[in-house]
Amino acid sequence: MEFVVEMLNIRKEFPGVVANDDITLQLRKGEIHALLGENGAGKSTLMSILFGMYQPDRGTIKVRGEQVKIANPNVANKLGIGMVHQHFKLVSNFTVTENIILGNELKRGLALNIKGAARRIEELSKRYGLNVDPYAKIEDISVGMQQRVEILKMLYRDAEVLILDEPSAVLTPQEIDELIKIMKGLVAEGKSVIVITHKLKEIKAAADRCTVIRRGKTIGTVDVATTSELQMAEMMVGRSVTFKVEKKPSQPGDVILKLEGLTVNNNKNVPGLKDFNLEVRAGEIVGIAGVEGNGQSELVEAITGLRKSEAGRIILNGQEITSHSIRNRINNGVAHIPEDRQKRGLVLDYTLEENMILQVYKREPFSKRGILNKGAIRKYASGILESFDVRSGRGPVSVSRSLSGGNQQKAIIGREIELDPSLLIAVQPTRGLDVGSIEYIHKRLIGHRDRGKAVLLISLELDEVINVSDRIAVVNNGELIGIVNAAETNENEIGLMMAGVGKGGDQ
Amino acid sequence: MRNFIISLSAVVFGLIGGAILMAVTGHDPMEGYRFLFQGGLKNISRFGDTLATGTPLIFTGLSVAFAFRTGLFNIGAAGQMLFGGFCASIIGLKLDASGAVLIPLMIIAAILGGAVWAFIPGLLKARFNVHEVVSTIMMNWIAYWTIYYAVPAYLKAESVETESRALPDKATLKAAWLSDMFGGSYVNMGLFLAVIVVIIIAFIINKTTLGYELKAVGFNRHSAEYAGIGVNRSIILSMLISGALAGLAGLAQYAGNGNNIQIGVLATQGYDGIAVALLGANSPIGVLVSALFFGLLYSGRGFMNAMTDIPPEIADSIIAIIIYFAATSVLMNRVITWFLGRRRANAGSAVSGKGKV
Ligand SMILES: Nc1ncnc2c1ncn2[C@@H]1O[C@H](COP(=O)(O)OP(=O)(O)O)[C@@H](O)[C@H]1O
Ligand SMILES: [Mg+2]
Repeated sequence: MEFVVEMLNIRKEFPGVVANDDITLQLRKGEIHALLGENGAGKSTLMSILFGMYQPDRGTIKVRGEQVKIANPNVANKLGIGMVHQHFKLVSNFTVTENIILGNELKRGLALNIKGAARRIEELSKRYGLNVDPYAKIEDISVGMQQRVEILKMLYRDAEVLILDEPSAVLTPQEIDELIKIMKGLVAEGKSVIVITHKLKEIKAAADRCTVIRRGKTIGTVDVATTSELQMAEMMVGRSVTFKVEKKPSQPGDVILKLEGLTVNNNKNVPGLKDFNLEVRAGEIVGIAGVEGNGQSELVEAITGLRKSEAGRIILNGQEITSHSIRNRINNGVAHIPEDRQKRGLVLDYTLEENMILQVYKREPFSKRGILNKGAIRKYASGILESFDVRSGRGPVSVSRSLSGGNQQKAIIGREIELDPSLLIAVQPTRGLDVGSIEYIHKRLIGHRDRGKAVLLISLELDEVINVSDRIAVVNNGELIGIVNAAETNENEIGLMMAGVGKGGDQ
Repeated sequence: MRNFIISLSAVVFGLIGGAILMAVTGHDPMEGYRFLFQGGLKNISRFGDTLATGTPLIFTGLSVAFAFRTGLFNIGAAGQMLFGGFCASIIGLKLDASGAVLIPLMIIAAILGGAVWAFIPGLLKARFNVHEVVSTIMMNWIAYWTIYYAVPAYLKAESVETESRALPDKATLKAAWLSDMFGGSYVNMGLFLAVIVVIIIAFIINKTTLGYELKAVGFNRHSAEYAGIGVNRSIILSMLISGALAGLAGLAQYAGNGNNIQIGVLATQGYDGIAVALLGANSPIGVLVSALFFGLLYSGRGFMNAMTDIPPEIADSIIAIIIYFAATSVLMNRVITWFLGRRRANAGSAVSGKGKV
């Protein structure tokens, strides 16, 4: 069997972390090869090495059987290797064509030959079923289409080996199906694809073979057709995992959060949440199910105080907090794992330890009469990082920006649970995380419930809502459609309710 | 450490650039630099003058750096300085008291004057999201014209229409013993005030909950808001402190190095504060050092001009080149990273297997 790319015994060390330690990956011509590993396992690093962005400390790379040194991405391009990064690298006020030819301009004399380029892009787009308008501006097109532009960029440069770094993390389920079709089209045309993902379903649906790495080491390469999702998951995390969430039946106690006729405006200044009533009790997890943008953000922001409510009351532990300040609510026991961890959850330029005291820096022992106590802060932060297994280069003094997304998320969750809130609001707590981390986070949420606290879980993943919650409130268009017991429902029923088909209000 | 290397290389590049300029204009760079540095350091009195020249720059540099650390770009230090100095001068000229009473009151007046002048842009930013660059520049010109009319109207000197009456010695930061110690230099108590303020600001930024809050807002106002930090309050507070620092620069300039206010002039120290902050990497200690370095260039410039026929603009060009390199510190950072990376790679292969570098 012929290999187009072989990465043999690759090692790469960053200050304080061995990101890749003796990794071997062999890509066959014409296959879709999945690269599976937990957050921080070293997948992006490995692929960046193949794309010439980092130099390996040790190991060899062969392309079409010949040993090569890929000094920079230009060399990679010349070797026919292209990469779509986890975060796209597009200029938002340029057109598709301008973005694609950037750095590879087709010239007629001195002038740019935009038309010619656009024509070629159109051809490629047709041939691979990408459906991209060469003249559209990047800022006007969907994330899914931006990704296809990145793919076109590679094809335009005649890439034979295409690397996709977590392409599905930013896509909707429909877009993911489309992406899988596109990848299959690519290999049908003789290209070879390496795709990074930790969604096992996608690997099953798309990939031929799968290489699993864990903490920088190769665990093995398997044939996808003959390996179960569970087996791959276990290879990835290094212990047995269950997809079912283990939990005892809930024992609801006092009402912790009570919403009465809550109406909240959205960004367009019209009601995004309408006359909303809900109770969350101690010792239970209430899930909010709904299609994105149906009032979830307004609900969360009203409870946490980030957004003011137009009408209705918010009652926490029997005390009305409708117009209390954010800090006041935090001090009274509301904690919030925010949807956008980089925008809200962390001050990315602060160190981890500085981020761990984001809400409590004014309390003793972290400060006294306005003066910070670094020793106490270090101790507190180290405790959280350890107990939530946050992996970083330099521990509490790592700059938060340098952490992988999964570790950033674990740090936030650790910080919020450490507050021991009577109400924990978790918004999309596992988005973009691998199975091991997901399982762990679910356990911590349920653990919080079992300590007699209330949890409000907002998630777009139906699996998650059904498996983790005790009761599920379904929202549609800002209204409460109904509340069901998680144990007595299924995806179908909830799916219908999410579409606005009501259920006799058994509150 | 890395910032220090960046600033140092900016200085070196600036000096090299200056040397090239001198050489191509037909002058001897070695001679030029000899006189430039002699002018600032030759004897104790020139050294004192260098310190004095640097003093207002310490305050304006701190003002810009403090705002910058909290996410604000205050380019209104000139106006805040002018108004702070004006307020202090009113106390100094109108109040008949002993120096021990006057000086503390003038310090307070300078702080309040500068703070008030920065409060308005802070409020505009917090309430209406008006960018502080625009509003602080506008405030500079409002200060300019306010002083233009207020000084002749209330503080006019006997004979000259265009400046305020000279402050009596007891109402300035001058100290005879200090001046004597430095061989008659005009160095004054402003320097000590500056050092104390540097320490206070460093303490606020690094060690207090206030500094923690303000920096959080500067880095990311969304997460600060999420954590319950009053974002608008923090913005206004940052501007107040930044303005107060610039106000103190006014005291150091108009009631320390000088003893009156001229109308129709916005002090260059206001804008130079931006350069000082940049070169000092926005750290208080860095600002102290870089302000004194700028003081050296400015006070040596005149001497170089007197002793050679090198135009004083060369010194300005050196400053400009330094600013340029300090401002492109992102680029410098890359170069340094690349350089260190290469060295480390070499060292790594030499001692491979020895573990972490
Ligand atoms: N440029 C870098 N500098 C320092 N550490 C890094 C850098 N890039 C990645 N790392 C670290 O290397 C490890 C592997 O990261 P990465 O390859 O991004 O993981 P993955 O893509 O599998 O989530 C992580 O611990 C990460 O923090
Ligand atoms: Mg990655």
